[in-house]
Order: sequence, then C-alpha cells, then structure tokens
Amino acid sequence: MQSLTALRAPGGAYGPKMSGHSPRRDPAPSKWAYRLQRLLLTPGIRAFLFRGLPIIVLLGGVSIWFGHEPNRQALIAQLTQLRADFEARPEFLVSLARVEGASDDLAEVVRVKLGLTLPMSSFDIDLDAARLRVEALDAVQRADLRVRSGGVLQVLITERDPVAVWRTAAGLTLIDATGHRVAGLVARTDRPDLPLIAGDGADLATPEALALIDAAGPLTPRIRGLVRMGNRRWDIVLDRNQRVMLPEKNPVQALERLLALDHAQDLMNRDILTVDLRSDRRPTLRLTPHALAESRRAQGIEIVENEL
Amino acid sequence: MTDLYTSQRAMRNMRKAAMQRGVIAILDVGTSKIACLVLRFDGPDQLREQDGVGPMAGQSRFRVIGAATTRSRGVRFGEIAVMNETERAIRTAVQAAQKMANVRVDHVIACFSGAEPRSYGLAGELDLQDSVVTEQDVSRVLAACDVPDLGPGREVLHAQPVNFALDHRSGLGDPRGQIGHRLAADMHLLSVDADVVQNLLYCIKRCDLELAGLASSAYVSAISSLVEDEQELGAACIDMGGGATGLSIFIKKHMIYGDAVRMGGDHVTSDISKGLQIPLAAAERIKTRHGGLYATGMDDREMIDIGGDSGDWEKDRRQISRTELIGIMRPRVEEILEEVRATLDAAGFDSLPSQQIVLTGGASQIPGLDGIATRVLGQRVRLGRPLRVQGLPQAATGAAFASAVGLCLFAAHPQDEWWDFEIPSERYPARSLRRAVKWFKDNW
Repeated sequence: MQSLTALRAPGGAYGPKMSGHSPRRDPAPSKWAYRLQRLLLTPGIRAFLFRGLPIIVLLGGVSIWFGHEPNRQALIAQLTQLRADFEARPEFLVSLARVEGASDDLAEVVRVKLGLTLPMSSFDIDLDAARLRVEALDAVQRADLRVRSGGVLQVLITERDPVAVWRTAAGLTLIDATGHRVAGLVARTDRPDLPLIAGDGADLATPEALALIDAAGPLTPRIRGLVRMGNRRWDIVLDRNQRVMLPEKNPVQALERLLALDHAQDLMNRDILTVDLRSDRRPTLRLTPHALAESRRAQGIEIVENEL
Repeated sequence: MTDLYTSQRAMRNMRKAAMQRGVIAILDVGTSKIACLVLRFDGPDQLREQDGVGPMAGQSRFRVIGAATTRSRGVRFGEIAVMNETERAIRTAVQAAQKMANVRVDHVIACFSGAEPRSYGLAGELDLQDSVVTEQDVSRVLAACDVPDLGPGREVLHAQPVNFALDHRSGLGDPRGQIGHRLAADMHLLSVDADVVQNLLYCIKRCDLELAGLASSAYVSAISSLVEDEQELGAACIDMGGGATGLSIFIKKHMIYGDAVRMGGDHVTSDISKGLQIPLAAAERIKTRHGGLYATGMDDREMIDIGGDSGDWEKDRRQISRTELIGIMRPRVEEILEEVRATLDAAGFDSLPSQQIVLTGGASQIPGLDGIATRVLGQRVRLGRPLRVQGLPQAATGAAFASAVGLCLFAAHPQDEWWDFEIPSERYPARSLRRAVKWFKDNW
C-alpha cells in the first residue's frame, strides 16, 4: 500500500513544487464524503432535510414547550391579559345607552331592565341577552340593540299599541291586537277611547272582538263592551242592559244581519232584553218583562203573576 | 462473450430507465483527464422550434447541466492501472458535476480509449421464410453472422449492423417491411480486452454508480467531430488523447473500423521531461504553453525558462530555445502519426472514396500539427472540434472534449447494436418457457 501512495505522489506534488507551496491536498472526496453528497442530492432526502426536518424540529420544540404546565398557564394568562387590555381600550368603551321610540316612562324601565353598568367594553355586552331582557317587558313589542360609534348603545324600542281594555276579576288590563298584555289600568275612565272586553279567554280572541266592533256601525255608540262567553263566543253588551248573543261561527255576519234587521225594523230601539243570534236560522228575541206583559195584554192573554 | 453480451443488454435497459428519469452522467475516462458531464433530457416538447435553428443531429433533446474535469490518476494508455486512484478521480469528477447540476445521478455512460480495440467485419445471410422482412428476420440474420475467434479474454464492445442487402439490392439501412427472398447483413464488431472493461465496470460500481452504456472513445469522438457529410462519404477520425490515439473510420454514417495506437500526448510530455530533465508537470506546462511542431528563425531567439526548485541555481535558471523544444516534440508526434498511418493502411483506408482525415482530441491542439499530419497522412486533413451541444461550458468545448461530447450524442441517439434486437426464438434453450411464449407470439 505504501508503494501505491508513493505512485500518487508525483502527480500531486509537481505543481506545488514549482510554486513552492506545501504539497497540494488530494482533491478527491473521501468515500463517505462522496456518499454523503450523493445522499444529500437525493430528492426525497433533500425535501426531508429542507422542509420536513425544520417542521419536525419546530413542532417538536413547540410541543415540548407546551408539555410543561407552567408554560402553558403563563401563555394562557398572557393571552387573556392581552385580550383584556385590548377590550378595555377606550375605542370599545360604551358609555351611554340611548333608548329611542319609547315613552319616557317606558324608557326609564327599559334602561333599568338592560341591566348594564355603563361604561363597559362593548366586548362584554351580551346584546342578545339584553335584547331578550328588554323584550320581556309587556309594553315592548320589539327591541333592536346596536352599538354605534362614539360609545353609544342604541336601543330602538317598538312599543305595543293598546287596542282594548280587558276586564278581569283582578282588574283592568290594556291589551294589544294580539291579546298580549300592555299595561295595567287603574280605572276604565282613564282610557274611554278603547273598547272593553271581558270574560275568560277574551284576550286571546281580541282580533275577533276588534272585527266585531268595526262591524258594529250604528250600534257603536251604544256598545258597553264585549263579553267572551265560555271561551267560545261573544256577547255584545249594549246600554239599557241589552245584549246581543253572537254565534260561535261567523259572528261578524250575524252582527251584520242584526244591523240589517235593525235598520229595517228599528229593532234595537225597542224594549228588548236580548237578541239571540246563536242559531243562524232565526234570531230569537227576549222582551223585557214589561214589554212582554204589554204584548200579552194587547193580545188579550191574561196571566197570573205573583212575586214568586 | 455472452457475459458482456448480457451485460450490454442490461446496460441498454438501464439507459432506458435513465432516460425515463431524465438525468444521466457521461464519464470519459482518459489518460490525462477524467471528464464528467451530467445530461438532462427534456423530451421533444421542450424544443425551441421558434428560434429558427431546429434540433441539429438531435442534440437539443438534452442539455448539459453539470460539467467537471479532473486530472486523471491511475490510468495509463487509456486503461485503468491503479484501481483506487482511478476510483478517486472518478469520484472527484462525478461529485463536482453533481454539485454543479445540483442533482444526483445514478446512471453513467462511460467511454475509454485503451483495451486494444480490434475491428472485425462480419457477414451473414438468411433465406427468408416469407417474403416480407420482419424484425425477427433481422435478428436472425444478425445471429447468422459467423463470429470470428476473438481470442482469449476478448469481449465485444460494439457490434453494429452496418449494411443490409436484400436479394441484389445492397446499402439498405432498414430492411424491415421490404419484400425479398434472401437477406444479408454486414456487421462491424469491435472487440476489446475483457479485463480492462471489467476493471472499469468494477471502478464505476465502487463509485455507487450504475453503468448504462459503454463505448469506445475513438467511436464517440468521431460522432462529435465528423460532420454529417464526412460520416456519410467516408472519413477517419483520429482522436489524439493523452495515453492512446484512437482511430475510427466512418462511411455511410457507420463505423467500419476502429483501432487505437498506444501513444499520445503524454509520451510527448515524457520526452520533454526526459530531454530537459524536468518534472512531468513542468514538462506538461512547457508543452502546452510553448509547444509547437514547426521551427522558424524566430523560435531560435525565443528562450523558455525551464524553472525548477532543485535548489541548484544553475539548474533552476536553465533556458532553452523554442526550437529545441520543437526538436524534442516533433519526432514523437511524427512517430504517432506514422503509427496511425500504418494502422490506416492496414485498414485499407486508401481504398475509400473519400480520404478525409479529422484530427481531434487534446493532443491535436499542438500548433502546427495539421502541417505535419498533411505530410504524413495525406492532403485532406483538418482539425476537428466537437459539435456544440446545449449547455456545455465554454471550457469544455475544446478538442479535448470530443469524446465526452460524442458520448452525449451517443447517449441521445445510440446506434443499433446487435444486442438491441430480440434473440431469435431458435436460439432460446429448447425447453425454455420463453421459447414457447415466443413461438405463440410469432405464430398468432
């Protein structure tokens, strides 16, 4: 082997001898250097080394760091702090709630119901929950909440419109067209403009009652109120204790027929106690006792009356 | 013979696989340098047709993406003399070329100039079974060529069908599909020393590379240096390398003769070294910088510092005139050319219609060589440089890279060889299953 190395020496040493430097190093790569270079030029290995390995190292480092509990806690705390700091910035501060579309009394109630301790960050306000709370008020049909620029919480209120007074054993209640309670009422005279309804389930049948009142026409001034009978049909109570008993079905048509009868024969001005329209074949009248007696007398019918 | 024959077949398959992968390395194992080129095959769709210059000789199908040369070590006369030195040199070249190409190459096509190539002309004849020539018939007629006794330890390096004749029509390039009765083939066979090839195979295998082809450097440098009409009309290419001078004769675009003279530029260098008592490297430097073959009066006055660091002032300050240098170089170059002349005469180059001679290789760059060659070889001598191929660095375009460039062209457009044709079914062993399969394929 020694002699072979010596054979190589002339080729490797001549150039340097002329230039006067130390013998030039053999430029040939060692077998392992050569193999390593070829390995590194292999596409799969290259891809692994330049993409896969950094990713693995990165992921490994991160997961090891996260595997340590205090690190994780610290990171979460830091993130939470960052988030809190961000949310507490004055740009996101809501300092004023403006209630629109509600009367002053209602606005005050709404403000209380919102339950927000202003000023607070807009991130902390749960608008949906606040809206549900406001809409839970009887007088509020619909509420729109939005945070406007300038730190204003705008509350747009659509109030319920009372259309009738409902008298129950507990007292008077204002109800809207759907029958929902709007507010209580102390005295009927506070809202003489609204029709009065009474009886079980009258609030649920409010639309029908309103339709009847609309259809009443010339009888309107005489209407004292409507009574829901047995949660199934309406009676119209007029002054002079007159009562119109309407059928369960098509009460408006029955009422129109009554009005036609009234127009033709001036029925309602007569001494009648009740007009029973429950059967659509015929209206049935009940006269007052005096009228009945007078009528019988006019027909020559003698009856014995006593106090019993 | 069958050993290299089968390995040649395996190499051809390997070359196809390398083409599929698109990257292949070219290795020119020479006596003075080892060159490695890395080729990338683009496929025909990436040709730049719109540039006006179309693919010339098919070389634009590939592109040289890495090139490296290193001083050869352990190679003498184009043959590997010291195995591990050569292995290291090959590793150096391959590594540098890979680094430049930034890609790993596994398949390599190699050429070498030594191993005493010998040419044989073979002829075979066959009566066709049916009147149409099929591929089977071609392989049968090639198999019918009677192989001469190559001698002990010889292998076939190239065996190329050169000419086909069908009934009395000769000069057919591709007889397939033609109609006739009697098919004849001429084949050129180049045999080399088996041991030399085995050494090279072993060396390349030790570098973790797979050999995808082998070629004689005389053949491949002719491919790159001879222009098309020279190949067609007949020409000889003389590849003057470091340790051996390759010689190949082409006609009708086929090599019909190949040989090598075991002398080259290194012998000129060693003459200078011996004559002037200087180291080989200094002799090489003086040869390349001041060398020449024709002395003029001017050269008497041009003094060359020989140099040296022996420590003896007198010896280190020696000067010689260029005439003296020429006087050393010229006899050796003349001797090489005389040898080439003798070989050409033995090959019957005189009887060729065209007597064009092309000198290439690193040693052909000696100034004045064409003049001497004209005197020795005949009037029609020119210096050849290899064809330009895409992506080749400027430093690798000289005559010294003729065989490397030719190997590129050889890789892109290999000549059909004997082993590229299927083995005729009669030649399979009698009880082989493949024979049965082949019989079915041929008959149905």
